[in-house]
Amino acid sequence: MQATRSLSEYRKKSTFIATTVFLLPVFFFILIFIIYPIIDSFWLSLHEWNGITSGKTFLGLENWKTLMGDKIFFKAFLNNMIIVVLSIAIQLPIAMAIAFLLDTGGKKLNFLKMIYFLPMLMSSVAIGFLFKYTYDPQFGLISAVDTMLGGEGMIDVLGDPRRAIFGVIAVVCWQFVPFYMVYFLAALSSLPVEIYEASIIDGASYGQYFWKVALPSMKGTIKSAAILSLVGSLKYFDLIYVMTQGGPDGATELMATYMYKNAFTIGKMGYGAAVASGMFIIITVISLVTLRVINGKEEA
Amino acid sequence: MKKKFKVGKIFVALLALIWLVIAGAPFYFMVASAFKEQFEIFTAGVFAMPKGLYLENFKKVIESDFYKYLLNSLFVVGVSLILILFTSLFASYPFSRFKFKLNKPLFGIIVAAMAVPIHVTLIPVFQLTQKLNLYDTIFALIGPYTAFNLPISVFILTGFMAEIPKELEESAEIDGCGKYRTFFSIIAPLSKPGLATLAIYNSVNMWNEFSFALVLTQSKGSRTLPLSIWEFQGQYNANIPMIMAVLTLCALPMILAFAIGQEKLIKGMMAGAVKG
Repeated sequence: MQATRSLSEYRKKSTFIATTVFLLPVFFFILIFIIYPIIDSFWLSLHEWNGITSGKTFLGLENWKTLMGDKIFFKAFLNNMIIVVLSIAIQLPIAMAIAFLLDTGGKKLNFLKMIYFLPMLMSSVAIGFLFKYTYDPQFGLISAVDTMLGGEGMIDVLGDPRRAIFGVIAVVCWQFVPFYMVYFLAALSSLPVEIYEASIIDGASYGQYFWKVALPSMKGTIKSAAILSLVGSLKYFDLIYVMTQGGPDGATELMATYMYKNAFTIGKMGYGAAVASGMFIIITVISLVTLRVINGKEEA
Repeated sequence: MKKKFKVGKIFVALLALIWLVIAGAPFYFMVASAFKEQFEIFTAGVFAMPKGLYLENFKKVIESDFYKYLLNSLFVVGVSLILILFTSLFASYPFSRFKFKLNKPLFGIIVAAMAVPIHVTLIPVFQLTQKLNLYDTIFALIGPYTAFNLPISVFILTGFMAEIPKELEESAEIDGCGKYRTFFSIIAPLSKPGLATLAIYNSVNMWNEFSFALVLTQSKGSRTLPLSIWEFQGQYNANIPMIMAVLTLCALPMILAFAIGQEKLIKGMMAGAVKG
């Protein structure tokens, strides 16, 4: 007995050592570049600091009080929410329709799949620049189309505070529809063929198969796509920064662009950290609540 | 099996066509303009095909600092990718095969880390790189790139490793293999397809990364390809065909990679998406 106990102890110990050795690198990176920065961000938010001098002034909750009453941050949050709602409402139905088309179209349509997927491969910066010129009132695509249709051309999408946010959302949709398309396509093609066969034998039409068979069985996939889109929309930065830098007149300001401006453009690092931390809290709360609501419904 | 329907085809074909135009038109605009001379856009119109195969734009871009940015991007993505692959390979082994008390909580931290928005960490990481004297060097990007792609990679690879049959390991143990030997001669080689998926998925992510590159680098010599567009825009402000040539050249590597590893890339993206 003595021998077996020491053997199991030996095994335990060797497992412990091996585990530590194998997990050390990953936690090294996560601690330094993810966990520590989150804490440091909260700590910094209690200070005033210009990012250059070494002296930081402790302010306590002063930055947070300012943040609570900051109309621009509130506007940025609202803009984020507009993007959340419109992204889900526009991207998912289009992506679903195209995915269904590709699924029923078979291999013939593979070249379409390739072209549809292209926007996913470009960096947000490149897409931002491309659309800055696409939207250009003088020689952009939109104005050219308008002239073709007999209009005056010279449509300034991004320069007009009322239009800018929708111009930006259109680009976001252009960029991400391919992603959800592939996502839904994967789900559609993994539906059991028997279901399809059964509905054909029952004489289902194209529409009936889609609405009554395929769509209901994709509930879970649609839910997770919606969550992905929600969380993603709260974090947008690259594209908007390149296209409008939050302008004109704050019309496309987002939480992330506002954070960047405060910290790196005007050098209010402490306040920037407060905006970043506020953003972190908002995203965490919204994600948790959404997960709770969606999972709760499943149980009921 | 092919799914066949008769009705509704016209509607669907129409939709396919409309989206083809929407998805394709900006690309056409980009590539066609890249082959035009500077003022051709104004004289010939946006939709016109280029007059001839005007290659001067591409030549100018390639002869400028483009290769520097390209090398920077290749270096950062290469080094970070190697770190990611090794680190996630190591980490996935205990997570998928060992039973220990902290397995679930530690894995929980990894899962939680997937949801952290990078913008929360930008300011502290910016400070950190300054303290380490890495600010405005290409090395500043390696740490953050590795760290932020690790959680999802560990998550995907742990799932992958869990599928490897336990019997292989047991028989290796009976044959006298220790944990490390089992790992290196059985688990690691069998994880190659999973690693390939990770490699493609992470490369696309890092190749196109913008926020860290914007904040942690400043001078020409240390900037990556996505940031180079900025420099070119400053340089050729009103020359749209030139900018379009830059954009085309920047998008090209990923489009080529996609053409080669289409299946793997899509698989990786799916695996990345399922995290929810």
